[in-house]
Amino acid sequence: MGVEQPKTLGSGFITTSLDKLVNWSRASSMWPLTFGLACCAIEMMATGAARFDLDRMGILFRASPRQADVIIIAGTVTKKMVPVIKTVYEQMPEPRYVIAMGACASSGGIFDTYSTVQGVDEFLPVDVYIPGCPPRPEGLLYGLMKLQDKIRAERNTFGAAIGVGDVIHNEV
Amino acid sequence: MSDQAIVEKLKAKFSTEIIDVVEFRGETTVTVKKEQIVDICTFMRDDCGYNFLCDLCGVDYLGQVPRFMVVYNLYNIPAKQRFRIKAPVEEGVKIDTVSTVWGTANWHERECWDLMGIEFNNHPDMRRILMPADWEGHPLRKDYPVQGPDREPYQGRLS
Ligand code: SF4
Repeated sequence: MGVEQPKTLGSGFITTSLDKLVNWSRASSMWPLTFGLACCAIEMMATGAARFDLDRMGILFRASPRQADVIIIAGTVTKKMVPVIKTVYEQMPEPRYVIAMGACASSGGIFDTYSTVQGVDEFLPVDVYIPGCPPRPEGLLYGLMKLQDKIRAERNTFGAAIGVGDVIHNEV
Repeated sequence: MSDQAIVEKLKAKFSTEIIDVVEFRGETTVTVKKEQIVDICTFMRDDCGYNFLCDLCGVDYLGQVPRFMVVYNLYNIPAKQRFRIKAPVEEGVKIDTVSTVWGTANWHERECWDLMGIEFNNHPDMRRILMPADWEGHPLRKDYPVQGPDREPYQGRLS
């Protein structure tokens, strides 16, 4: 008896190289869903526009959750919006990632009230939290790069893609 | 028609209904009893030319009786004149809808009921308009906890 190892393709040279290939392609083409909820969305748009230019990092905004890998929760999440966000999140194909952008999405921010969700992590698995009210575009870029690091650190991604075991998420 | 002339006309027609007339900085406010609010509003629209209801809102005077006040802000578009009518409503008592007078009152009264809990008789479509459909309570009431009924109220910073 010992600690049970998770089922993987193993950590041979070929499988880890294939993992790296999968991770490289995922991290280089994170397509976020165009989904702004409040003032933070303005800063998200600024990040996507010419000056900060997300396209150069392979980050293209998609208008449909079916084509998106990342959902950036940019703004205040009201309780009335929760079912909509859940539906949109469930429509995204796996693997999918969540970025909580700004104080509101991370913790409710200044809206400590009856109508506001105190952080999207109450109902979504958040990968990256970005502080700020709103975060500057540099902040969002840094958050996206952190998410890229997180994707690159995943193991057994190739195995999971062909149906052997699950992805192992490592600390960055 | 000046505000004074309108107040005189109202007093002549609804002498028993008028509780109070206040003029402050050129704004005239008439407080009326709620029983004939539809007749008064129809009179204001047809005979005084107030063809637009800018806003209908509720006020919560917690601790006073009657607790609520429904406020009608009227506008006469051709003459560019404003007028305000108020009607006190006790808690748990209904006031008649004026959505038959101005169609725009429909959504305003829904909002008023949604957030303040003031109920309107004969309203064609009394559903919540801002809060989720399954919400309980009326959050703009003064005695509604600001962080919601399901959370501990904020006690100040712990550190
Ligand atoms: S964190 Fe600040 S900028 Fe962002 S949505 Fe909330 S209030 Fe607006």
